[in-house]
Amino acid sequence: MKVLYFAWLKTKIGVGEEDVDPPADVRDIAGLVEWLKARGGGYAEAFAEVSVVKAAVNQEFAEPDQAIAAGDEIAFFPPVTGG
Amino acid sequence: MIRVQREDFDVGAELEKLTAGNHAIGGAVSFVGLVRDIAGDAEVSAMTLEHYPGMTEKQLGAIEEEANRRWPLEASLIIHRYGRLEPGDRIVLVICASPHREAAFEAAAFLMDWLKTKAPFWKLEDTDTGAQWVDARDSDGDAAARWRESG
Repeated sequence: MKVLYFAWLKTKIGVGEEDVDPPADVRDIAGLVEWLKARGGGYAEAFAEVSVVKAAVNQEFAEPDQAIAAGDEIAFFPPVTGG
Repeated sequence: MIRVQREDFDVGAELEKLTAGNHAIGGAVSFVGLVRDIAGDAEVSAMTLEHYPGMTEKQLGAIEEEANRRWPLEASLIIHRYGRLEPGDRIVLVICASPHREAAFEAAAFLMDWLKTKAPFWKLEDTDTGAQWVDARDSDGDAAARWRESG
């Protein structure tokens, strides 16, 4: 699946986009966050405070318990500040 | 109509284009967002707006559709810029046109309030104390919440 990072998550992780292949027991957004966080380094830093990280699945806002599947486009970002 | 672009826009020309030939329109309300030169105590020399291409267009389209569902609009327009902007530069334009002013005023306020909480844009400010990502404001969430429909 494709994972995108924006704003300071991108800065901390060091890439804006990557393809990942999590194990089968990673079934939802919360699971993916834990799996990415376990990579350590910038990932651990970016996801240190999960309450301030928002997510989208296939370009729609998603809650932590939303199911994810191979082929999905997942994005992580801070609360939006446009306008 | 929505547009996400790096370039500046001409408010007068956009208003003219949006309302031309439609004489059912009795009023058009426009809102223009500008880059401020102060953030808290820090002086802002520039700002860079990042966005999520694809999702931005999708979300802006959905917000505009919602406004058209709730108010009798004859025409509507959202333009949001991205990239590097300096104090005084235009960031966003919202225009709502309707037979009567009340709907145009309300729909324009609704679009701006929802855009602030639902459109995937992030501001990075260059200040005299370094570059910093702008935090979301609680007041923006409160402003968006007043448009929540009951039931």
